[in-house]
Parts: sequence; C-alpha cells; structure tokens
Amino acid sequence: MSKTESLLSVRGLTLAFGDHVVQQDLSFDVRRGSIFAVMGPSGCGKSTIMRSMIGLLRPTLGTILFDGADYWTGTDAVRAEMGRRFGVLFQGGALWSALTVGENVALPMQMFTTLDAVSIQRLVAVKLGLVGLSAAVDTMPSALSGGMRKRAGLARALALDPDILFLDEPSAGLDPVTSRRMDDLILNLRDGLGATIIVVSHELASLFAVADDGVFLDAVRKTAIAHGSPATLRDGCADPQVRAFMRREQVEPAHKEAVG
Amino acid sequence: MTAHDEAPARWAMSGAGGPCILRLEGDWLARRGALPGFPKDGLVGCGADVSLQFDIAGLGHWDSGLIAFLWDVKRAAISAGRTVDAAGLPLAATKLLGLLPDQAMAQEAVVVHHIGPLNWLGGQTLATLHEMGMISRLSGSTARAGWQFTRGRGLMRGTDLWANILDAGPQALIIVSIVNFLIGAILAFVGAVELRKFSADIYVANLVGLAVVREMAAVMTAIVMAGRTGGAYAARIATMQGNEEIDALSVIGISSTGYIVLPAVLAMMLMMPLLYLYGSLIGVFGGFVVAISMLNVTAPGYWNETVNALAFSQFGLGVTKSVAFAFLIGVSSCRIGLRAGRSSADVGVAATRAVVAGIVGVIALDAVFAVVAETFGI
Ligand SMILES: Nc1ncnc2c1ncn2[C@@H]1O[C@H](COP(=O)(O)OP(=O)(O)OP(=O)(O)O)[C@@H](O)[C@H]1O
Ligand SMILES: [Mg+2]
Repeated sequence: MSKTESLLSVRGLTLAFGDHVVQQDLSFDVRRGSIFAVMGPSGCGKSTIMRSMIGLLRPTLGTILFDGADYWTGTDAVRAEMGRRFGVLFQGGALWSALTVGENVALPMQMFTTLDAVSIQRLVAVKLGLVGLSAAVDTMPSALSGGMRKRAGLARALALDPDILFLDEPSAGLDPVTSRRMDDLILNLRDGLGATIIVVSHELASLFAVADDGVFLDAVRKTAIAHGSPATLRDGCADPQVRAFMRREQVEPAHKEAVG
Repeated sequence: MTAHDEAPARWAMSGAGGPCILRLEGDWLARRGALPGFPKDGLVGCGADVSLQFDIAGLGHWDSGLIAFLWDVKRAAISAGRTVDAAGLPLAATKLLGLLPDQAMAQEAVVVHHIGPLNWLGGQTLATLHEMGMISRLSGSTARAGWQFTRGRGLMRGTDLWANILDAGPQALIIVSIVNFLIGAILAFVGAVELRKFSADIYVANLVGLAVVREMAAVMTAIVMAGRTGGAYAARIATMQGNEEIDALSVIGISSTGYIVLPAVLAMMLMMPLLYLYGSLIGVFGGFVVAISMLNVTAPGYWNETVNALAFSQFGLGVTKSVAFAFLIGVSSCRIGLRAGRSSADVGVAATRAVVAGIVGVIALDAVFAVVAETFGI
C-alpha cells in the first residue's frame, strides 16, 4: 500500500455556529491504523469537530484531508462516497427508533452491499454478538437501557466494516466490565480489521487503555493545547491544565491564572 | 482493503477421520458480498480426540465476513463435541471470536396469534371503552387543573397559555377565512341556481345566513382546527414522550395535565368561539359576493334579509357548539399524544390519529347538537 502515513489531516480548522466560535486554528494528523483520542473538558467542542469530520458541519475555515483529498471541497457525491468508509457512533446512540436493533444494524448492509438476506442476518448476529447484545436483535431501541443503546449504536457503526470509525463517548454510561470489553473490542477491531479509530472520550481508564495518539482541546483558548497519546500527556505534558485533567486533579490557582 | 485483484473466499477441509485441517483462502470481505457459510454438521467426520487446525497460508484480506464464518465453525465444533485449536488464526480474529457468545440465540418459536372476528370485536370494544374512560378522566383532571388555576394554585404558566392562544387564534385566521369564504360562496352558488327558478333570489341570503351561522361556520372551523392545531398538539406531546420530557416533568411533580394539556385546551376553547364568529361573518360575506354578482339582489336588501333571518339564539347555538368542539379536539389530541409510543414513527401515527379523531368527533358531536337543538326548538 503506497499511501501516505496519515489517513486524516486537519489543517487550520475553525468551527463556529454563527458568531459563536467553538474551536479555531486546529491542526492535527491521524495516522493510519492508530486509535486517536480527542480529549478535553465538557463543552469544548469535541462532538462538533467530529461532526465536521463526518460531513455534518461545514468548517468556517481550514481543510480536512482524507488520504490527501480535500473532504469539503468535493461535491456532495464525492463526500457521500468517502462517507461510506466511515462508521459513526453518535454520543446519544442515534438509533433509528422505528426499527428494531437488528434492523438498525442491517439497514446499511441492505442499502450498500449485495449480500442476501441470510448473510445479512448472520452478519447482524456477529456484530451484535461482538458488543454483547445478541439477545436484543428484535428489541425496539426505546426498550433499551442507555448503555445498551450505546452498544447497539456501535454495532451499527460496524455494519459496513468501515475503514474509519468515529466513536463519540463509546464507554460513557457503561459498567466497568462492559467498558473494558468495549476497549478490547476497539483494540481488536483496529488490529484485526485495520480500521483507524477516532474516539472522543472523557473516560480516562479507557483512554489510557486504547489510544495511542491524540489531541487535547481547551474551551477557553478554543484550540488544541497539547498533542500526543493520553499516557504521554499525563506524564510529560508541559501544560499543567492538561496534566491535571489526565490525573483527575484540580488545577492549582496559580496555574489557573497562567492559563486564563 | 484495496479493490484490485481480489481472490474469492474459499475454504476446504482435509483429513477426514483423523486430525482435520480447515484451509482458508482468498479475501474474506463481507462488504464485497463474499460470505461462505459453514454447514452445521461440517465437523462430524473429524476425529473426536484431536482439535481442528487452521491453515491460513492463502488467506488475504478479511473483515467481519471471516468472523461470521469462524463463528459458524466454532458453534459447529461445540455442537459436535469437538475442540478447535485457534492458534493458527490471526490473533485479532481469535480475540474478536472470543467476544462472541458460544451459543447462537435459540430461535424463538414464532407465536401465531389467532385473531377470530369475535376476538377482534371484543378487543376493539374493550379498547374503545377503555379509551373513553381515559379521555373522561383526562377531561376531569383538566377541568380540575383549570379550577386550581383560577384559585391561584395551578401549575399553568401564563406564557404557555399565551403562546398557545397565539397559535390557535391569530395564526389560524387566514385558513379559517379562506375556508369559510368559500363555504359561503358555494352555498350561495348552489342556492342561486335553484332559487332563481322561482324568482326567489333574495332568499339566498336566508339560506346562506342560516346554514353558515347554525352549522357550517362552527363545523368547518372546528375541522380546520382539528387538522391544524389538534394534529400539532398530538405530534408535540408525542415527541416530548419520546424524549422522556414528560417523565422529567412528572418526576419533579409537574403534572402533564396542568402544564401541557390545560393551556392547550384552554387556548382552543377561548379562540374557537371567536374564530367561529369571525368565520360566520366571512361566510356571509362569501355568499354576499356571489349573490351580488350573479343574482338580481341589491346590497342593502341582502344585508336586511340576512339580519332578519338570524336570531340571537342561532349565534348562541354556534358559540356553544364551537366551545364543545374545542374541548373535544383539545382533550382527545392531547390524550392521543400522551399515550403515543416512543419512536419517531409513533409521532406520525399520533398526529394522524388526532386529526381523524378530531374530524370524526366534531361531525358526530354536531349530529348530537342538531338533535338536541331540534328538541328544544332552537
Ligand atoms: N447546534 C448548535 N448550535 C449552537 N451551538 C452549539 C450547537 N451544538 C453545540 N454547540 C456549542 O458548541 C460547543 C461545543 O459543543 P460540543 O457538543 O461539541 O461539546 P463536547 O466537547 O462534545 O462536550 P461533551 O463532552 O459534553 O459532549 C458548546 O459550547 C455548545 O454550546
Ligand atoms: Mg460531545
């Protein structure tokens, strides 16, 4: 494979809702086959960045490159074509409420593959089995618990065996054992299927367990303030705020002033 | 991952009777449509005391298609009492396989419901009675919430009532005008064709006035409001139901009756009579326009005849009816919204049902009013 090392590059990205700037002048690279963490305090714009990478929010400034191709200057058709390689888990699950869990997972396959009904059923069983929801095939999303909805959303994100997985808070709302299982699943998906995974998360334990690269966003300065894997940020980051976040500590007042 | 020169997915068993080896070849990509299955009894011929081995020398790219196949193999091995030596498989595939449960879900026997016509009728009757009971209870609690509000102990906010009033009143004016104008015009048109034969042109005014004020203005306005506002109430409340907003309200002790149903119903009951009076005026005007342009009638003559034909009691009847229609539409559409399911499709179902229930209910109630008015000689 003679492709560039970074699968996704973000250059000088500014995101805003009207006049309200969420993040500005962001740049980072996501290596092929890595698990990349987008970290930062609540409300700093992690989900918003994810939305702009999956084509739901046009950036105000800057470019997003997939395999060297500019994502946002392409036509809608080109973007849809690229989007078929994405698997997305939304923060709230975003299951289609009128379909059962099994149908949720099956729908992308019915739309975009030539598989017959029996094969689709087998693959649905595999994907639900991977997230531990085999029993819920015929359940309606409204009858699932919050954590189960997350897992069903992940199974749906895996439906088309995506090259790039975007996971918004995959382990929020899960018990420690299930959360651990999610981490294993994420690691094995990367190792086995060669997927590149971008994960938005606060859960420190799972960040340390899975992510091998990442970016830390700040809500006050509205830009990236640190780059690197969660473990290096915890141990060696120059910014006290980042170190404190990664160690679940309070920032000391003196530092806070330096930050503000 | 690359599209060029893909080899088809193939598998082969060798070593029947002794140690079996399962050879996997080619690219196992489910998204390209390659998904061979493994027969349930595929391992029966293998020796029971030796594990199944894998040979993946020819294996190319793979995704969940391979996992699905290996899961079949694993379950076939379990059911045949054989063991599998996964050492030959890619490590990540083994780990993914480890996450899958050993037993596939036993397919639940499909329960066949026998729905005889009698069962169906009984079920429908019970459901209808239950629904009527629920609507009566909701009406009762809405009335009680209204009473509490007048005593200053209610939980309705003025702003909610005001927003509902704006929506049910001024914003409905245009459509109410159009419908009533056309109804008046149509009545005059039909009447004109017949009455002209008897040179009774001027009685078009009586016909239009009575029909509009007694029946059409109230009924048409109510039907418009059932479609426009009743449907919106049901959809809004059903959406809140889906988002657990109603649950959030009831947890902190805000009853959905006082907070949502009462302002909606009250706004409709306040606005509907006004819309009815306005609609009557427009309807009479519609008849007037047609009569003046088609018939041998003067403008003052038409107005005189209209005023003579109408008694105050006709308006009283119309106002009473429109208040009753408003209550019926408001309570039934809120009730339909409150009992809606939690999916997006349920919102659509609730809106449709509210509109249908509103229109049918209004016409049925109007029939009752016609009989009652006849008995009392209004
Ligand atoms: N549709 C929207 N319109 C206007 N502002 C928005 C919209 N969506 C998000 N925002 C704002 O953008 C900012 C970032 O929101 P975002 O959802 O990306 O945060 P987040 O980092 O994902 O937070 P969390 O960790 O709590 O999920 C917030 O200030 C939010 O108010
Ligand atoms: Mg978020």
